[in-house]
Amino acid sequence: MFLKKHINFMAKRKIAIVFSAFLILVSLGSLLTRGLNLGVDFTGGTVIQVAYPKAADITNIRDTLTKAGFDAAVQPFGTAQDVLIRLPEQEGTNKVAEVSVNVLEALRAVEPNVEMRRVESVGPQIGDELRDQGGIAMLLALAGILIYIALRFELRFSVGSIIALVHDVIVTIGFFSITGIEFDLTILAAVLAIIGYSLNDTIVVFDRIRENFLKLRKVNTEESIDTSINETLSRTLVTSLTTLIVVISLFIFGGEIIHGFSIAMLVGIVIGTYSSIYVASSSLLVMGVTREALLPPAKDDEIDEELDAIP
Amino acid sequence: MNQNPTWKYLLLLAVCVISMVYAVPNLYPSNPALQITLVDTNETFTGSEVENITKSLNDADIAIKKVETLDNELMVHFADTSAQFAAVDPVKATLGKRYTVALNLAPTTPSWLAGFGAEPMYLGLDLRGGVHFLMEVDMDEAIDKAVERYKEGFKVQLREENIKYLGVTREADNSLTIKFKDQATLDAGLKELNTQYLNQLEFTQVDVEKGTALKAEITVDNLAGVKKLALQQNITTLRNRVNEIGVSEPIIQQQGLERIVVQLPGVQDPTEAKKILGATATLEFRLVDEDNNAFDAEANKRVPIGDVLYKERDGNPILLKRQVMLTGDFITDASATFDQNQQPAVSITLDGKGARMFERATGANVQKLMGVVFIENKTEISRDADGEIVKNTVKKQEVINVARIQEQLSSNFQITGLDSAKEASSLALLLRAGALAAPIYIVEERTIGPSLGADNINDGFNSVIYGFIAVLIFMLVYYRTFGIVANLALTLNLVVIVAVLSLLQATLTLPGIAGIVLTVGMAVDANVLIYERIKEEMRDGTAPQSAIYAGYEKAFSTITDANITTFIAAIVLYGMGTGPIKGFAITLAIGILSSMFTAIFGTRVLINLIYGKRRVEKLNIG
Repeated sequence: MFLKKHINFMAKRKIAIVFSAFLILVSLGSLLTRGLNLGVDFTGGTVIQVAYPKAADITNIRDTLTKAGFDAAVQPFGTAQDVLIRLPEQEGTNKVAEVSVNVLEALRAVEPNVEMRRVESVGPQIGDELRDQGGIAMLLALAGILIYIALRFELRFSVGSIIALVHDVIVTIGFFSITGIEFDLTILAAVLAIIGYSLNDTIVVFDRIRENFLKLRKVNTEESIDTSINETLSRTLVTSLTTLIVVISLFIFGGEIIHGFSIAMLVGIVIGTYSSIYVASSSLLVMGVTREALLPPAKDDEIDEELDAIP
Repeated sequence: MNQNPTWKYLLLLAVCVISMVYAVPNLYPSNPALQITLVDTNETFTGSEVENITKSLNDADIAIKKVETLDNELMVHFADTSAQFAAVDPVKATLGKRYTVALNLAPTTPSWLAGFGAEPMYLGLDLRGGVHFLMEVDMDEAIDKAVERYKEGFKVQLREENIKYLGVTREADNSLTIKFKDQATLDAGLKELNTQYLNQLEFTQVDVEKGTALKAEITVDNLAGVKKLALQQNITTLRNRVNEIGVSEPIIQQQGLERIVVQLPGVQDPTEAKKILGATATLEFRLVDEDNNAFDAEANKRVPIGDVLYKERDGNPILLKRQVMLTGDFITDASATFDQNQQPAVSITLDGKGARMFERATGANVQKLMGVVFIENKTEISRDADGEIVKNTVKKQEVINVARIQEQLSSNFQITGLDSAKEASSLALLLRAGALAAPIYIVEERTIGPSLGADNINDGFNSVIYGFIAVLIFMLVYYRTFGIVANLALTLNLVVIVAVLSLLQATLTLPGIAGIVLTVGMAVDANVLIYERIKEEMRDGTAPQSAIYAGYEKAFSTITDANITTFIAAIVLYGMGTGPIKGFAITLAIGILSSMFTAIFGTRVLINLIYGKRRVEKLNIG
């Protein structure tokens, strides 16, 4: 089903590098200028989802809340009955506990049958902490992986995979910055899952590169890498496809709350697949990985054998 | 080559059977139910409860699905949550105060399965509905209270031992300075205080004007101890209060050093729960200073020594003695009632120590006026100009009642002066459940309404099923016979994940379901790796049997490497995660481990069963 002929991936690596650089620059540019549309998990504040018995009148709800003294953003959510109300972090009193109660009271004064579907109210200190923790988690995951790969392969492989990961993370987060889709805790979880996934892909390619370094002695590094990518290509594509299938299922059937998560995964899988082919392997070439670097102990044995072979 | 020893069949079979048994209970959906227990665990059911409940619900036109009689509880099942909610009030009214009525989700696991200890997965709040609070304990206040206790303790102890001190003052840094007139009394005082406070406080001598002094500082260890104690006492109190509200399967846990997580499944309206949990209301009883005029004191801003200026509910000032006759800490029982004038009142019962203290205090002061102070803490959080978070605790104290002590009071008495019957009952609840050791406030709230919970389960279930079926079809088309084997392994994988989650009683959340979906997609990766390898070997001219063998052997280390790195990400997620994210991490981690078993071991056994022990010309691998 998939291509069986040999593709010269590494020959086109300059184009890939330019493409990746472009993606990274655009992402970083957007992150620096527009930033992320952080959800209440990180900023503090309150989100209230309510359901009306009939189609909700957004303007009316907005007026009601303004009159009650709330600076609220009101938007429809999924269906015509469901409404999402966002309130910034409230100053002054112990609002985390009180704000949702007061908002519901104000809404019920107009329409008694408003149903509370969901409240997320996060105090300022929690938001700050989650933001810090999120960053730390990402760094910890990267560090753990760096160490593992350095032990299993070699430091340059480790660096190569981290470059690919950082590439994927920046582009995925950049996607959220450019589109302005709200970035909440579940999306952070998705980004961490992408780290795991993209790495999975990269490792499979690296594993084959290592194997081919040992096997294909008369071939130069670039060709070895090309062969490895080609040999693992159908696996890379099949796995990406099955994972995409389930993530699309999540996107379609998983409901509004999980939307952001599935979008992040979709972007991450596509980018992760691309990066394990191009970014990770290109960086190996740039860093000058050679087959000798991978097998110092084996080299000694070979010399011994050759010496033994001399009569 | 490629034959299975018998133990491999047995192991695979055992995993299949065991995981089936533990996964199957999840096919029996839980019913919304009311759980009815006795307040006093020593009592037993009279036997007429079921009949009474059935009758009252029939009258209210609420359909009961079934009533289950268990050892110490009754479980009334309903078809949906709206019937469940509607039933609460009629049932409470029928049964009266001896019973606790709590919202619950009752499993309907058949008894033969329950016999194995098999239970359905524990659903997280986002799937069953309920409230989640993260509460922070105000540690400044806890330390403040501890310092006050030490201060009073010093005075009592030195006085009892007849050591003349000049005064105990509290410094801004929470240390205490005890002044003595000369070195000899200081030495005697130090010796005495050290008998009691050796490991708790550190005493150093400091020079002060006219005489000498001891500076007492709380040791670092003790400071941590004070915080820990405050946290634990608060957890106990919260637990008592939650029991009073009537919630089944609540979770009240410490998180970090200063926070408490409270999860109340099934609670629909968090308003009442918030009031009850966060309330710090307590009572203090003090004598009224009848010799001085409170209005003068307020106007001149000069409060007589030994007095504290309070306000009554009507706004009038009142002077009470600084010394407290009794605090709410000694109250063992309190219930809302009405006094002889049909005004709301709280009837109070004291423990032995409290009763003796109160007897002594009131006995010595018959015919004097006593004030009841109602104390409530409210914490305000805001950001200052620099964006830093600042907390202010506002202590609201008002005198709710002033009465002449007619006679010596002991362990039972009533207080009045409350605004409404509702206030009386919530004060009674708070006094019963005990006061909080330090104020707490909610720093995070997540509430999921029951209808959204049900929607979330539905959506989650659908996305797993459709994603799963799509992957099955793809694998079948792409890998033919080998695809069928991979699909069997994938199905087993799903069953194993559900079984392990049920066995661990880990909490299943919506992100957790996303983790399962993701695992389904990624679990086939191991098979894809193996199968592609087999195809490759065959392209290189290897015979089918050897290709199968080589495929499994060569793919193994790749699969392990790839899975370990994903596992590292899952562990980090678990470590940093809060509730729902933890759920995602757990399912991801379990999924990785079980897919290693099913996709490598499981498929190998099946492939060997199909192709082993015979000459094979061609593999049906697509």
